[in-house]
Amino acid sequence: MRQRDFENRYRDSWTQLETWLKGDGKDAKAAALDLPAAYRDLCQQLAMAKERQYTGRLIDHLNQLVMAAHHRVYRQQTLRRKGWLHYLLAGFPQAVRANGRTVALASALFLLPALVMGIGTYNNDALIYAVMSPGDVLSLESMYDPGNRVLGRERGSDTDLRMFGFYIKNNIGIAFRTFAGGILFGLGSIFFLVFNGVYLGAVFGHITRVGFVSTFYPFVIGHGAFELTAIVLAGAAGLLLGRSLVDPGQHRRSVALRLASVEAMKIMYGTFLMLVIAAFLEAFWSSSAATPISIKLGVGALLWVLVFAYFVLAGRREVSSAS
Amino acid sequence: MLDTTYNVETPEGIDLRARAAGPVPRILAFAVDLFYRTLVLTGLGIVLAFADTAGMGIWLVCSFLLEWFYPVFFEVLRGGQTPGKKAFGLMVVNDNLTPISWGASIVRNLLRFADFLPFAYATGIIAMTLGRYFQRLGDLAAGTLVVYRETDKAPIALPDSAPLPPPRNLKQPDQQALVSLLERHNDLSEARQQELANLLEPITQKRDGAALDYLRSVGSWLLGGRG
Repeated sequence: MRQRDFENRYRDSWTQLETWLKGDGKDAKAAALDLPAAYRDLCQQLAMAKERQYTGRLIDHLNQLVMAAHHRVYRQQTLRRKGWLHYLLAGFPQAVRANGRTVALASALFLLPALVMGIGTYNNDALIYAVMSPGDVLSLESMYDPGNRVLGRERGSDTDLRMFGFYIKNNIGIAFRTFAGGILFGLGSIFFLVFNGVYLGAVFGHITRVGFVSTFYPFVIGHGAFELTAIVLAGAAGLLLGRSLVDPGQHRRSVALRLASVEAMKIMYGTFLMLVIAAFLEAFWSSSAATPISIKLGVGALLWVLVFAYFVLAGRREVSSAS
Repeated sequence: MLDTTYNVETPEGIDLRARAAGPVPRILAFAVDLFYRTLVLTGLGIVLAFADTAGMGIWLVCSFLLEWFYPVFFEVLRGGQTPGKKAFGLMVVNDNLTPISWGASIVRNLLRFADFLPFAYATGIIAMTLGRYFQRLGDLAAGTLVVYRETDKAPIALPDSAPLPPPRNLKQPDQQALVSLLERHNDLSEARQQELANLLEPITQKRDGAALDYLRSVGSWLLGGRG
């Protein structure tokens, strides 16, 4: 068939498909279009045009049309409401358990330096200056000085909101960086885990040594359950990326990285949520000076238990019934 | 190395083509986005300044969301194009040339930080220049690609010329050359087309306008026109 006859024969169906794609399928007249069928026909027509070596312009035009239809046919719908609920109740803890060894490694990378620095600064009053400037140490001490009537500075509810914004931007940013650094063969995640471990360990040890225990621990215990766990989990997700590059197994590196990033994101969505919860707690609960210390310690301990129980228990029944 | 055409075969057996976009338009697009983001943040800052410390908190949350999720929002809900990418005719797609999904978009934008290291996106730019399709680390992990959004040319409007049968022994490549001369009649100047037509003087025995008209007529015949 000559090109001109070919065009005349199919022009109407092409324009119909075009108007359908432009109108997003809302047009009443074009709505009757059966997209998969139209797409298959179009593919066949493009193949024919190529085979018969019709002009480049026609082939380009058909290629554009195929591409647009292809986009519409294969548009992915991944956000379903049921999916989210299932993820929170089962998917997230399952993903964490499935990567238990990586999570354990990330915990060790965070906790061991923290322990070493904590014990170090507790016994040696100069060691804190290895990680902080004297000015920072002073402001840290004054923040948790039991002599102050309020924690930190003078606080009203608007200050709570300001601190909430600060924790969101700062803490979630840290967790995201800990994750993203993992793609550099895991080195970034290792760096941020160790760095945060050293820093927080030093703060814990120093504050305990100075004796501001009664203000510091009630403040950190509540949101710490979410925040510290989330940072370790973000580090573990980053390590997954890094491991796929260092030891890709039977896949090509690019494929291994792709698979690992899907697995890592199963952890990262939950991590993000935990950090938002942590920011809420830190801004509106941990800082309240009115609540008695014993209640804050009790609630804090309860939150730790809940978080651990969630990761250990949630979604187990589903796995056993499936297997 | 210079060929940046990206081919994908779909389940229907069709080769889809796209051109991968290099670092320069992408950096420019990023600069445009950065400008818009700064503009929005400054505007918000001025408005929220009336709310004092509480406003400061809201502003920080907004700046966090803009920093990490501004591209995600546009890539998923606006056809793979942030305003900056739109300005330069770029779009983000999955590497099977389907529209980018939430998961992929979030991965590629979270890993933006790794591409930024140690400063000014050095890692990302190095990764882009090493790979064949200019993928930064985030693209590699998410399986995404930045391509040019091709503008569709209007379907062919050929000049009216009475079809004439071609000379004997016209081979396939010759036929295609004649047809593409016809097809490009709007892109080339008349003088240039006549110049090209004159090259065939030994065969057509015609010059200038006459030669061009004859070649067009033959091309029109080859496309299926009949007198």
